[in-house]
Amino acid sequence: MEFLYYPGCTLKNKAKDLDLYARKSAEALGVTLTEVPEWQCCGGVYPLGRDEIATKLSSVRTLMAARDAGCDLVTVCAACHNVVKQINHDMACDEYVRTRVNNYLAPDVPYDGSVNVLHLLEVLRDRVGFDAIREKVVSPLTGRKLGAYYGCLLLRPSSVLAFDDPENPTVIEDLLKALGAEPVYYAERNECCGGYAGIADPEVPEKRAAAVLSNAKARGAEALVTACPLCYYNLKKHAAGTGVGVVYFTELLAGALGVK
Amino acid sequence: MQRIGVFVCWCGSNIAGTVDVKKVAQTLGREPGVVFSADYQYMCSQSGQDLIKDSIKQYKLTGAVICSCSPRMHENTFRKAAAAAGLNPYMVEIANIREQVSWIHKDMAAGTEKAIILGRAAIAKVHLNAPLIAGESPVTKRALVIGGGIAGIQTALDIADAGFPVDIVEKSPTIGGKMAQLDKTFPTLDCAACILTPKMVEAAQHENVRILAYSEVAEVKGFVGNFTVKIRRKARYVKEDVCTGCGLCTEKCPQKKAPDEFNLGLSNRRAIYIPFAQAVPKVATIDPDYCMMLKTGKCGVCSKVCGVKAIDYTQKDEFIEENYGAIVAATGFEPIGLDKFDEFAYSLSPDVVTSLEYERLMNAAGPTGGTLLRPSDLKHPHTIVFVQCVGSRCDEKSEKGVPYCSKVCCMYTAKHAMLTREKYPDTEVYVFYIDVRTPGKNFDEFYRRAVEQYDVHYIKGMVGKVVPENGKLKVQASDLLENRQLHIDADMVVLAAAIEPDKSARPLATMLTASMDTNDFFTEAHPKLRPVESPTAGVFLAGMCQGPKDIPETVSQASACAAKVIGLLNKDRLVGNPCVAHSDELMCNGCSQCANVCPYGAITYADKEFRMPDRTTAVRRVAQVNPAVCQGCGACTVTCPSGAMDLFGFSNNQIMAEVDAICK
Repeated sequence: MEFLYYPGCTLKNKAKDLDLYARKSAEALGVTLTEVPEWQCCGGVYPLGRDEIATKLSSVRTLMAARDAGCDLVTVCAACHNVVKQINHDMACDEYVRTRVNNYLAPDVPYDGSVNVLHLLEVLRDRVGFDAIREKVVSPLTGRKLGAYYGCLLLRPSSVLAFDDPENPTVIEDLLKALGAEPVYYAERNECCGGYAGIADPEVPEKRAAAVLSNAKARGAEALVTACPLCYYNLKKHAAGTGVGVVYFTELLAGALGVK
Repeated sequence: MQRIGVFVCWCGSNIAGTVDVKKVAQTLGREPGVVFSADYQYMCSQSGQDLIKDSIKQYKLTGAVICSCSPRMHENTFRKAAAAAGLNPYMVEIANIREQVSWIHKDMAAGTEKAIILGRAAIAKVHLNAPLIAGESPVTKRALVIGGGIAGIQTALDIADAGFPVDIVEKSPTIGGKMAQLDKTFPTLDCAACILTPKMVEAAQHENVRILAYSEVAEVKGFVGNFTVKIRRKARYVKEDVCTGCGLCTEKCPQKKAPDEFNLGLSNRRAIYIPFAQAVPKVATIDPDYCMMLKTGKCGVCSKVCGVKAIDYTQKDEFIEENYGAIVAATGFEPIGLDKFDEFAYSLSPDVVTSLEYERLMNAAGPTGGTLLRPSDLKHPHTIVFVQCVGSRCDEKSEKGVPYCSKVCCMYTAKHAMLTREKYPDTEVYVFYIDVRTPGKNFDEFYRRAVEQYDVHYIKGMVGKVVPENGKLKVQASDLLENRQLHIDADMVVLAAAIEPDKSARPLATMLTASMDTNDFFTEAHPKLRPVESPTAGVFLAGMCQGPKDIPETVSQASACAAKVIGLLNKDRLVGNPCVAHSDELMCNGCSQCANVCPYGAITYADKEFRMPDRTTAVRRVAQVNPAVCQGCGACTVTCPSGAMDLFGFSNNQIMAEVDAICK
């Protein structure tokens, strides 16, 4: 199984663990992740302005690299995944965006959104399979009560991301079960952590994180499992004193597979 | 050579707005064989029909082409008009230039051209038409009602009162349906059981009504007036005619862990059970999924305690076959599943309930004896949030919910809110709505009473999230009129789940060859003018299976449906359809392919003697069609490899002539 891998900037700085353990786990599972050569930032936030073309270009360059390599593109960072997948959808479905981007970049072969963008969790679920992962677990997370934290970027807009049921997602819980842990289901698991709103008003992520953490704790979760560096940052920042830990799914996976 | 008249209808502006009707009439008037052509504003009106009749007589027409609406709408009207003028009704052909042209095209030139082409095809067909004489068939004077809810019970009672025997087939152990589970009924707040159970008893005691509870329709054959229905009587493991309904077995049964369907799983029942005290028939039923005797062969307590020896562990499903003249579908509804609406935390907290569950929690015969206690800790809730339109009025493109309004939720939510405030004035009640829809006699007054007299907080907006935490339900919602976010700590959340047709409706529709819409509601023969009949002759519709409706509407429809059934059963003979298949015995090689595809079992085989060219005789097996059973679907004609099967009125030659005329 070979994929082109797009780590994104955060995974080279704040979220090095997310990247490192994704690579190690993938290797242990027989998945080859080849880093996109000379990749650029995804843009960070999906631009909602339809005529906002410039901020979409860097993601399109990544997508074209995957097309030229003839591979599906795999992401790990939830924010990058959201941006790249939405821009890919625009390139496939929005004639206006497609024409303007192709006119600007003037590639040899115009890009039409043909690449399949997958999050590593989707690769684990749909390509590797949780049964196969369960067989490769060497140190199971037996007895650990963990709450999946999806946040919003992986799930929404659900018609484009098509990642999981946006109101009742199960992929992280299913992964946790495969690793031997006991998933804790709680209502806040698909709510926003406050995200970038903290830049304008630091109280927003504070309140949101508190709500998520208290709901998860009330349901008995000892730690929250996320795929998003921003969620990780917001939750971790406000988790002090709650007794609830925050951990990347790749770190748990690598630990269970014995490659940490 | 036929003498054909062409009659082009404007249908007001319905056709004339998009089709140049004068040009159609003029152009078709020049077709070979056409001796008269005219256009008229409303061809189906009395004067329009007179135009047809007069022209038939004046121009000695041998055939007529009506360019108008769909034959489903007015073919019969025009055939009758032709017959009145002495023309064989099967010499009339319809070119559908409304549904197939004017309603779906915008361009006048293209529409006119297509109308002319369809008219030409119809003319080509009339050239090959031959007069047909319809046969007659007798009517079995007995009706079948499928579904024993209030719709089915009312239909059955009305038919029975008119003197015709009726069978009610009900899949659960008792009749009563969803209405039996309700607490009170809007807008008068009379108790559902008090008005329903007398009707159930009346049905049970009526000499013309037979109740086949715990039974399902397995197979339907035949046609209007002559249906043969196979009914599966599911094994109760209790002899229905012996059991007295004393209930002793249901007290002594040691298996107490079976979820009680009647209370929607809010309580448990025994493995042998009577769904509720007023069940009809009041007979015990063993649930084979929970009975230890049936599962492991060890127990037999119910058999030991039964004084009349009614228990029979060896009982098997039985099939009975019965003939009916008319069939009524009254299969009802169920609330949609809420697994796609987990933002309301239905799967996470027992205190988030559906409205139907709330009915049981309010009901004196319910799991809490009528005291409102929340399921998680059996404490009295002090703040209750009602959410309307859960799954109703969803975007058709979204993969969850239904696109239509479920119609009853606004009223029952107002009822729940009012009753809660009436019984427990210390309870704060919030209702979140998109729109409050209360058309109906005394309905809006009822809703306003909830707001004005009972101080129910009606808030326009939707609940976005329910978070169960530490014994509370944290409700996050929007107030659209005040444009602010609300956070309410509730003790219970009640979801007005959308309704959908019962799951049994779809397979039943297939058996009945009755059509359904995209939401699996049965389709009416005409949405305005024939609302209680299915397009399939002899099949009638009552209640929610046709579309969302409340109890008063359901009962009205049930009685209307009964009137239609009585009208049918009153006839001694029905005029059949002469457009049936027939086999050319000289061409038939007896291969049986036609019989294999015939959905009505109309084809049999006979050995016949034929004279061969060399003057010897040979016996050959050939197909024969029973014209009383054949419905003229044409499946056999396209299957027949030798071209021996053909359809009167739709012969292969006629259809090819139509295709040629279209392609010319």
